[in-house]
Amino acid sequence: MGCMATAESYVLAIGTKKGLWLATSPDRTSWSVSGPHFLMSEIPSIGIDTREGRTRILVGVRSEHWGPTVFHSDDLGETWTEPEHGAIRFPSDTEAALERVWQIHPDAEARPGVVWAGCEPISVWKSTDGGEHFELNRGLWDHPHRDEWGAGFGGAAAHSIVLDRTGEKVHVAMSTGGVYRSLDGGSSWEPRNKGISAYFMPDPNPEFGQCVHKIAADAAVDGRLYAQNHHGVYRSDDDAESWESIAEGLPADFGFVMLTHPRRAGTAWVIPLKADGERIPPEGKLAVHRTDDAGASWKRLDAGLPQAEFNSILRDAACVDAAEPAGVYFGTRGGSVYASADEGEHFTEVVSHLPDVLCIRAAAVSPVSAPGAMAAGTAGRA
Amino acid sequence: MAGISVVLPSVLQAFAGGRPVLTAPAEQDVSVAGVLDLVAAEYPALSRRLRDETGTVRRHVNIYVNGNEIRRLQGLSTPVSPGAEVLIIQSVAGG
Repeated sequence: MGCMATAESYVLAIGTKKGLWLATSPDRTSWSVSGPHFLMSEIPSIGIDTREGRTRILVGVRSEHWGPTVFHSDDLGETWTEPEHGAIRFPSDTEAALERVWQIHPDAEARPGVVWAGCEPISVWKSTDGGEHFELNRGLWDHPHRDEWGAGFGGAAAHSIVLDRTGEKVHVAMSTGGVYRSLDGGSSWEPRNKGISAYFMPDPNPEFGQCVHKIAADAAVDGRLYAQNHHGVYRSDDDAESWESIAEGLPADFGFVMLTHPRRAGTAWVIPLKADGERIPPEGKLAVHRTDDAGASWKRLDAGLPQAEFNSILRDAACVDAAEPAGVYFGTRGGSVYASADEGEHFTEVVSHLPDVLCIRAAAVSPVSAPGAMAAGTAGRA
Repeated sequence: MAGISVVLPSVLQAFAGGRPVLTAPAEQDVSVAGVLDLVAAEYPALSRRLRDETGTVRRHVNIYVNGNEIRRLQGLSTPVSPGAEVLIIQSVAGG
């Protein structure tokens, strides 16, 4: 059964441990879900590129048997293309092999065709052809600290890439290496973790080695960043030169998610988890928390969310769209996905009982026909 | 010329033009790596699923030469004679 979407169409791509599902909606409240694509492969990363007059969905795909690769679709998942020799391949002199693509991040509108990727082993890549072929960032790969970067439980990866308007300033985050910054478009990198505690290390205030889970930039305030760490929620107002805690008012300072508003200054979302010993929503009650004043205060948002939820939400299993008002989306390791069309005030369930949700991305798109779409909540094979 | 047969599991045949068996030309013994290099030259997307960028056979890919798993032989250096069969099977694993 097809679903012809209107001019006000939205696409939500859901990457799970066992495949990709795609949802479309005219209003971000009712959704039609199709899938799975890439059944039995995990989807650890998704990028939706709406530049250049088309919607390109890029996905990192990883099979336990056949390894990692990157596919893209320009027709909302009807067909998928994979570069014959692979989009991301370590040069032979590195003696490294790609394990997993953790991040696919289209650059700014002003730089069409440029797409960044963060990968495991810890590495950053840049494409100039829309994500079909990537080149290894040698500045970070050859960094003298690389041997000392650890591996978070999920793997050693560059999992956050934050780009600025000029293209010169780039921040990356890696667990357990911390935040690194480049001011020359990625040629050279320096750690920027001052003020962030690493209580699990002999020196709790090291230059690098912090366990950062996610970073995001404030779209309206130059130099302002937010970080969700393994214990600790922080803000920087000076391009990560220094960080200060903004965790007061949250029910827990642990979590993986850090989202920022696409336009409005000071607005960010986190999804707190109780840790270290529990790693579930505090008291088993799921809630998103939003600040509208750059972390000075937080508002609990749980309208439409289940009363009890014992699954965690992973770092890329949440996103915002660029619509007005902004949409907020997240998925749980229990396979439920929720969407809000009003910045988190109210959520509706998009789909449930999927495999563990690893990542989701949403975007407003041109009028589309979603082949094989089904009624929300009944996702199955397309 | 006898050639060497490379037998593919069904899930990989799409990366070899839908063919269940590939034939690598051989007039004398070649290594398993050599056989896979011949495959890679013609079907790079298939090759990437068997070996990573370093040339290492992926962990859950099993390769048999005339019924013997190469990890119990000489690995990628295992010689393959003309007329032999190289069988590729994925591990039975996962959840």
